[in-house]
Amino acid sequence: MSFWEFANPRRFMGIADRIVPWAFALAALCLVTGLTWGFFFTPDDFRQGSTVKIIYLHVPSAMMAINAWAMMLITSLVWLVRRHHVSALAAKAAAPVGMTFTVIALATGAIWGQPMWGTWWAWDPRLTSFLILFLFYLGYIALWSAIEDPDTAADLTAVLCLVGSVFAVLSRYALLFWNQGLHQGATLSLDKEENISDVFYFPLLVCIAGFVLLFIALVFYRTATEIRLRRLHAISLRERMA
Amino acid sequence: MPDLGSYAVEVMSAYAVSITLLVAVVALSFVQSRRARRALDEAEGRARDA
Repeated sequence: MSFWEFANPRRFMGIADRIVPWAFALAALCLVTGLTWGFFFTPDDFRQGSTVKIIYLHVPSAMMAINAWAMMLITSLVWLVRRHHVSALAAKAAAPVGMTFTVIALATGAIWGQPMWGTWWAWDPRLTSFLILFLFYLGYIALWSAIEDPDTAADLTAVLCLVGSVFAVLSRYALLFWNQGLHQGATLSLDKEENISDVFYFPLLVCIAGFVLLFIALVFYRTATEIRLRRLHAISLRERMA
Repeated sequence: MPDLGSYAVEVMSAYAVSITLLVAVVALSFVQSRRARRALDEAEGRARDA
């Protein structure tokens, strides 16, 4: 199957109908398993105490907030270069999901930061770039709703997505660019010495899988909704002209 | 229920906020999809009749 088969709305709807129920079911299974495992069956950290349990929500949501923008960047580029409507609609469908993940990451980070750092918020490079990413999500969603013509909206939001990608990259690599601020380094590492202990690592992997699957399920499901709305828009235009 | 010690409020509120937001985005997606399906069915029905 070619990637470009997704560009055909009818073909996309058929694929989405097959994928979505499985993706939702697997996402629910992974999230329930991972969060139950992490919350009930992992020990406290010797420094962070029980607040270490927030990692199972904070790390996957922060990771997916950035990855959702990366996915929007790719589909926006596909729209700008190849003018496939489904790709523009997929970016539109992903934005509220990515924004939800961003809010979860910001909220859980603040809740964790208060007892650990002694403050809810600091103008740290990573936190600040993440807040700006959230504002870009808001702006992206607002721009889609502000413009009536779907093709113009897709063009302008695609450009906004390209600009916002700078902050998506910064929020991931801010620590490498500016060696200052409160936020610690990467939680996950391929280096076994730097990586977190296995007792926290495995439930975290299950939670990450849950967030990824939930994102896939929601994006396919919401893109199918956007395709229906676009068809509805076309029928309404035809009715108005008749 | 695990003993969360002095950080019980922080841990519980982080889980409550996150799970509420996740459920909200899923529920909103379902509601929007159902509305779009219904509106499209009606519009296609009108287009067929015309």
